Amino acid sequence: MKGPLDYLARWPLRLWLGLVGAFLYLPLLALVVFSFNDSRRITVWRGFSLRWYAELFDDGELVAAFGNSLVIAATSTIISLILGTLAALLLWRFRFAGKAPLEALLGLPIVVPEICLGVAFLVFFTAIVPWPTELPWPLNLGAIIIAHATFSFSFVALVVRARLASFDGALAEAARDLGAGEWLIFRDIMVPHMVPGLVAGALLAFTLSLDDFVITFFTSGPDTITFPIKVYSMVRFSVTPAVNAASTLLILLTAGLTALALWLQGADIAKQAA
Amino acid sequence: MTKGSPIIRFEGVSKRYGKVVAVDAVDLEVREGEFFALLGPSGCGKTTLLRMLAGFEVPSEGRILIDGQDVTNVPPNKRPVNMVFQNYAVFPHMSVADNVGYGLKVDGVGGAERARRVEEALALVKLDGLGSRRPDQLSGGQRQRVALARALVKRPRVLLLDEPLSALDAKLREAMRTELCQLQAQVGITFVMVTHDQDEALALADRCAVMNRGLLQQVASPSDLYEFPASRFVADFIGSVNMLEGALVVDEPDHAEVAVPGIDLPVFLDHGVTGAAGTTLWLALRPEKIELHKATPAPPALGDAPAGRNAVAGTITHVAYLGSESLYEVTLPDGQKLKALRSNLTRWDQEDFALGENVWLAWHACSPAVLLS
Repeated sequence: MKGPLDYLARWPLRLWLGLVGAFLYLPLLALVVFSFNDSRRITVWRGFSLRWYAELFDDGELVAAFGNSLVIAATSTIISLILGTLAALLLWRFRFAGKAPLEALLGLPIVVPEICLGVAFLVFFTAIVPWPTELPWPLNLGAIIIAHATFSFSFVALVVRARLASFDGALAEAARDLGAGEWLIFRDIMVPHMVPGLVAGALLAFTLSLDDFVITFFTSGPDTITFPIKVYSMVRFSVTPAVNAASTLLILLTAGLTALALWLQGADIAKQAA
Repeated sequence: MTKGSPIIRFEGVSKRYGKVVAVDAVDLEVREGEFFALLGPSGCGKTTLLRMLAGFEVPSEGRILIDGQDVTNVPPNKRPVNMVFQNYAVFPHMSVADNVGYGLKVDGVGGAERARRVEEALALVKLDGLGSRRPDQLSGGQRQRVALARALVKRPRVLLLDEPLSALDAKLREAMRTELCQLQAQVGITFVMVTHDQDEALALADRCAVMNRGLLQQVASPSDLYEFPASRFVADFIGSVNMLEGALVVDEPDHAEVAVPGIDLPVFLDHGVTGAAGTTLWLALRPEKIELHKATPAPPALGDAPAGRNAVAGTITHVAYLGSESLYEVTLPDGQKLKALRSNLTRWDQEDFALGENVWLAWHACSPAVLLS
């Protein structure tokens, strides 16, 4: 019997796969390769060097921007994880008037164009609720954190909601039958079931926040530059391999986190199967 | 409390979902230490009754008492009963030992004591040494044992079992029947089981309640249910039956006669019926209580019936060889079909009843069960 992968044995499909792969990953590969280029000119290869990476770490503004990005990503992940999980639980557990509109509203930040969200936050944080800019770090990042949590919590809610759909209600009943109250059922039975969804949701939230440009662009000020914004401004002044190096670091970080999450989930599955 | 005194009492318990009546004014007592089965077709209300006993459903009307205590509104986690769920509901993220110990942990039973009781419970269900396994490493039968141990370890007053054997394959089901019986005798806890499988109920239970459409039809021992059914529904639901509709023609204290269309002489019964002449009633005649005889000019005479009675001629229209026995379908001249069951006592049949053969069917005067509804 032919498995799905056997079709790869046919050469037109292999060719197609190769082309798709090339179009997707060659630009990234070029970016990474040229980050090690020992030349000012971005297009001419003059030998291997790590000088652009060294330059990155010497650039105080870039390091600060990177720190900002990490703090924003971590904080907005925690906020959206809590809010998203609560929203998912609410929608899974209860039936109430207005549930369908609420469920639709929850997906709104995902489908609304980012530029609109960005403008909306700009108006909101300047005209309606101005976020004080003179607060000490990292409190001055509050506006960006709120903006990020607003769109990433939708992703968390959707992922956790999908995970909850596969929850067997008999497990909760069994725990209740054995003497557990609502809190113990939640802690001992529901949360362990939700873990893969929580991990996936947190990861999504973190990477979305880390590489968000559009919304951040509208909510950041001169003292609250994030990594993507900083890279953008570097490109505007001069396209040096330092930009490549910065981008490579960003790719490494997001790819690494994704791999980590996949590995965690894989380990979980392997543990159950072992 | 002594064995045989009531431990569970349903008093006029009803459960309605909107307009649907799932359980209709049930009065029922389950006795201490017995293996009790709730039996009925799907949707008859037996599972709802069990879930009300567990506390997952609250009765619309009536009271439920356990050990004389009104538990009608007591939540499931505060009742002295534990349940084995239909698909076992073993916690997938916990080891076998953690599953079994969960109820004790919730109750605050400490480490050493808990470990000891978990070991005991695992030994009871013959899962010794498997405590560190994860549920997905277990077979269906083993998962069921985990569910049993998890419920029994809490030493409940009553163990509830929801279709405990339905998810197992046929061979394993037979083996588990015996084991459940032994387990119940060993722990001495009252078992209440829900099943739609009449064989299972007859084989396991001390007493059964047969339900249909939310109503309790009959509560009796398995043999009484089978031999003395209270209604056509029970007679038909439990085992296989030939149902003959007839009219009462003679009713004396020591015998009665019932005219059945298609049978020449009235059917003779060796007991009175107490009904007015002409009353419509039904005779439930089990296939194994009908004898097959070779066609001869005169009908065979069976011990307690007058000559010529309780016999009817027909033609064999179907033979099903079942191994230990054979089921014959005999068609009477008026088209009625009767089933007769013969044990295959010898390895090849001397009499050799064959398809298309004309035969006599005969039964004893005590064999038909008389039903008024």
